Amino acid sequence: MHGLINRSIQNFISDNFSLAVWRQVARRVGMDFEEFEPMLTYENRLTSDVIDAMTYVLGRPKSELLEDLGSYLVSHPSQEGVRRLLRFGGVGFEDFLHSLDELHDRAKLAVPNLYLPTMELDQVERGHFTLVCRGSLPGFGNVMTGILRVIADDYGALVLLDNSCISEGCEKICIKLVDRDFAQGRGFELGALVS
Amino acid sequence: MTHSEHSRVLDTLCPMHLVVSKSGDILHVGPTLRKLRPEDRYTNTLFFDHFAVNRPKMIHSIEDIHWHSGMTMHLSFRQDPSSTFKAVLVPIGEAAEIFVINLSFGIAIQESVRRFGLTNADFAATDMAIEMLYLIEAKSLAMSASHRLNLKLQIAKIAAEEQAFTDTLTGLKNRRAIDHVLARLVESNQGFAVMQIDLDFFKNVNDTLGHAAGDHVLQAAARIMVKETRVEDTVARVGGDEFTLILPDLLDARDLRAVGERLINQLERPILFHGRQCRISASIGTVWIRPDKNLVAEDILSSADAALYHSKNTGRARQTVLEDTGFNQP
Repeated sequence: MHGLINRSIQNFISDNFSLAVWRQVARRVGMDFEEFEPMLTYENRLTSDVIDAMTYVLGRPKSELLEDLGSYLVSHPSQEGVRRLLRFGGVGFEDFLHSLDELHDRAKLAVPNLYLPTMELDQVERGHFTLVCRGSLPGFGNVMTGILRVIADDYGALVLLDNSCISEGCEKICIKLVDRDFAQGRGFELGALVS
Repeated sequence: MTHSEHSRVLDTLCPMHLVVSKSGDILHVGPTLRKLRPEDRYTNTLFFDHFAVNRPKMIHSIEDIHWHSGMTMHLSFRQDPSSTFKAVLVPIGEAAEIFVINLSFGIAIQESVRRFGLTNADFAATDMAIEMLYLIEAKSLAMSASHRLNLKLQIAKIAAEEQAFTDTLTGLKNRRAIDHVLARLVESNQGFAVMQIDLDFFKNVNDTLGHAAGDHVLQAAARIMVKETRVEDTVARVGGDEFTLILPDLLDARDLRAVGERLINQLERPILFHGRQCRISASIGTVWIRPDKNLVAEDILSSADAALYHSKNTGRARQTVLEDTGFNQP
């Protein structure tokens, strides 16, 4: 698994909870290093081990934590780069949804050996979509739900998300766009300087 | 198509275009280009009031531009806020009554988008500008992550080198290894000898035949030292042409002198480098420490150094053996 993904989970744990919690998780997994390097690749097993250890240490349902991880990725100040890269996808929330189909390719373009799950957006009816996630990251549907919740706010759109149909192997999220101009939303400056 | 239809098509497909008359009057400006000069400063002005053509050189009139139809031009705004553009011109009509000039930011895209506060909507839907900006940003993030990793690895490498016990040129041990071995021997109260060796005339080899020859001689000297000592002895290069040997468990000072003599003899044999003969010798200073002497490592090394200087000061190519007290020359 790409270090960027593992490091994101690590950052989520240490930023959202504490460094002590992260150390506890790392110890439980039996890692012989302090932290993940974002530009190295690790054994796939390690990622699910870290997620399982996090669930155990924090004593909360895995799906809930993964959804929080998604929200963290696009709202925490330290992850501003992720939010910006996603917002390049579209001018409005609907536009953004349609750009998810190419997120896999976009990620690979930026970091050639980074493989995100592939996603497929279907429009069931006007303003009603389903997003199917496929790939080597079990639970990605939960992460994506968290991301969508925050990004919708970011665009100022009001959406209803239902991920009750997420099960192992098929992760489907139902998205109902209630009002695309519900609130002001957060700005996105195309040419902003990101450190 | 009518004139206004033309404009509508061009505004969507090329939001940074201009329509200019034969006389250079600006007839129409695409929406994004208009945004760069908000107070409608284009009305009733000439193309050359706003733009300078930087390349090709010597373009001062619409006729000059006309002659470059279809070719890439490099323009810039004459007034602040400035920006540079890539541009191409297409004449319209049989007599070329009007010209369409399409602009893009070219390589200045990122800076211009920032300066003029442009958004996705300011670019044609098919324009690659947004993808370009996305890539620049994504690649910069990836690059700085890689950079941080490289920095970390470099620091780790330096630390590892500092902890290493090997001299990379000769494969011998280094000064750190000597300190380590010496500390252990001092603590164990064993008898041993420390031999400081300086190559004589080595600088001469380096100066006349170059550093490659010098390195070759150091490697050859290292092999000789390894060959003339026992497995349990420590042979280290501790400076440019300085070596330290530690020889434990010696029963007789005569053995020690014999090792020194063999070393000098062997080192004095010419060493071949690309057909050239390199000649060196060695000065040696040795201290022999009997068991249970309770000495300090620093004192042992400085005594060996003193013995070495004695060898050097009395004509080089010789050894001085110090047996606990006083100098004892062979």
